[in-house]
Amino acid sequence: MKTRFNATLAVALGALATVVVASVGWAATDPSPVIPLVVNGNLTLTDSAPAPANIPGLKTIYSGWLFRDPDTQAMQTDDFSNPGMTGVDAGQAEWATVDGTEGKSCASCHNGIESMKGLRASMPKVTKDGKLWSLEDFINGCRTNRMGAKAWGWKSTEMKNMTAAISLQSRGMPVNVKTDGAAGPFWEEGKKMYYSRYGMLQLSCANCHEDHYGDHIRGDHLSQGQSNGFPVYRLSTGGLVSLQDRLFGCIRDTRAESFKPGSPELHALELYVASRGNGLSVEGVGVRP
Amino acid sequence: MADTVIPRVKVPATAKAGAVFTIKTLINHPMVTGLTKDKDGKPIPREIINRFTCDFNGANVIDVALDPAVSANPYFEFDAKIDKAGDFTFTWYDDNGQTYTDKKSIALG
Amino acid sequence: MRLSRREVLAVGVGGVALTLIAPGAHASELDDVVAKFTGGAAVGSGGVTVTAPEIAENGNTVPVTVEAPGAVAILLLAPSNPTPAVCTFTFGPAAGSQKAATRIRLAKTQDVTAIAKMADGKFVKAVATVKVTVGGCGG
Repeated sequence: MKTRFNATLAVALGALATVVVASVGWAATDPSPVIPLVVNGNLTLTDSAPAPANIPGLKTIYSGWLFRDPDTQAMQTDDFSNPGMTGVDAGQAEWATVDGTEGKSCASCHNGIESMKGLRASMPKVTKDGKLWSLEDFINGCRTNRMGAKAWGWKSTEMKNMTAAISLQSRGMPVNVKTDGAAGPFWEEGKKMYYSRYGMLQLSCANCHEDHYGDHIRGDHLSQGQSNGFPVYRLSTGGLVSLQDRLFGCIRDTRAESFKPGSPELHALELYVASRGNGLSVEGVGVRP
Repeated sequence: MADTVIPRVKVPATAKAGAVFTIKTLINHPMVTGLTKDKDGKPIPREIINRFTCDFNGANVIDVALDPAVSANPYFEFDAKIDKAGDFTFTWYDDNGQTYTDKKSIALG
Repeated sequence: MRLSRREVLAVGVGGVALTLIAPGAHASELDDVVAKFTGGAAVGSGGVTVTAPEIAENGNTVPVTVEAPGAVAILLLAPSNPTPAVCTFTFGPAAGSQKAATRIRLAKTQDVTAIAKMADGKFVKAVATVKVTVGGCGG
């Protein structure tokens, strides 16, 4: 893999990192107390669950929401406090907006956006012709094949708003991505990536999000890196961020040349990361720092 | 503003006369501070919501003057009380001269 | 890659750089903002509260609540920001209380300050120290 090219440096830093981690002997810290995530006073989301059988590195899976400060947590408990909901509103407006040469909107074929219920919970999944597609791919598939409209950029505001609006339809449903059958090879590839060390810091996903969740990373707490809240509203950027953009950022932060959102690598990693959260509720639009 | 600005307002459908209740408002706006630069090093001009007002049947509830230190997608939460049914009017004033408005009716109950 | 990291930093702590560029200009700007609100009157204490997290998870979006029962208006200040004024709440006859909450940008650790103008024309102030830390990765 191109990010692992400098073998000598990699081995040296990797050894150093291992020594540091081993000698300090930190371990992951479970959130305490594990409080329920109740939205709008009446919808209780599953924010902790037994880990899926094929994720032996974790006993219990926790939503990233549990690792946030009370003030940040509070923002997600009311749809009029959650700033990500402004993106949902914009996405819902876009849903009924005609675009492209065919004179169609999303609603022309799919009727109300509530018809998308359940879709987000199963993303990403393998299509009939054997491709691993994320929600973004399905949206662009409709736009280019059925609407005669231009594909949206992965990180475009329109795309983030639409994925937010569609995700909200599955809020409260358990994440349930397929990991076997046609998805199997993609899942295995994603798993391999999850445990591979990247970048000059020689960190794998697991080094932070399996070995040290709940521990400090500078002034912040590491989460398990669960994806059930995506797309999330980030306080740092004041906007929505897509899951693959977040994965890009994680790998970049290891000081690696990262993979681009929409790349085959991040599709595989998205599937594996999503599967680690099988059983947690889709949160629609989470709020994270 | 490239994006459509859509206000988001929460007002209870009913309230008892004289009872205090909470209103929440959000609006999608980047609140560009004027302090940042683009990739070519050119300053990005300020563009913020500079004023927000809420009125009930013409009487003011709150009038907020905003500076660039208010976060993107400005959020306000405040209390109101009513003695008769009527309409709340919410207005956001953009540096670019546009205003965005929303209305919510409330009944006594 | 370096550039993009810098861009991220620039967005996150955009204000800090400006403080460095324009040292000195700052204290007087704060004085000006306060003087404009108070008309130079003395500022006492009591009767106003400002509530904010002790440590902000991210300085770009910090929830703050101000309250001063009986106040006409409340000025919210971030004295160590490149521009210290944050916002001014003026309460009208249909207000249910003299309390308001919003979310603000803080360039660094500082005493978030609320100055209330009371109905009798007197001014009172309160502060809340908010630590703005060097964040992690946000997840």
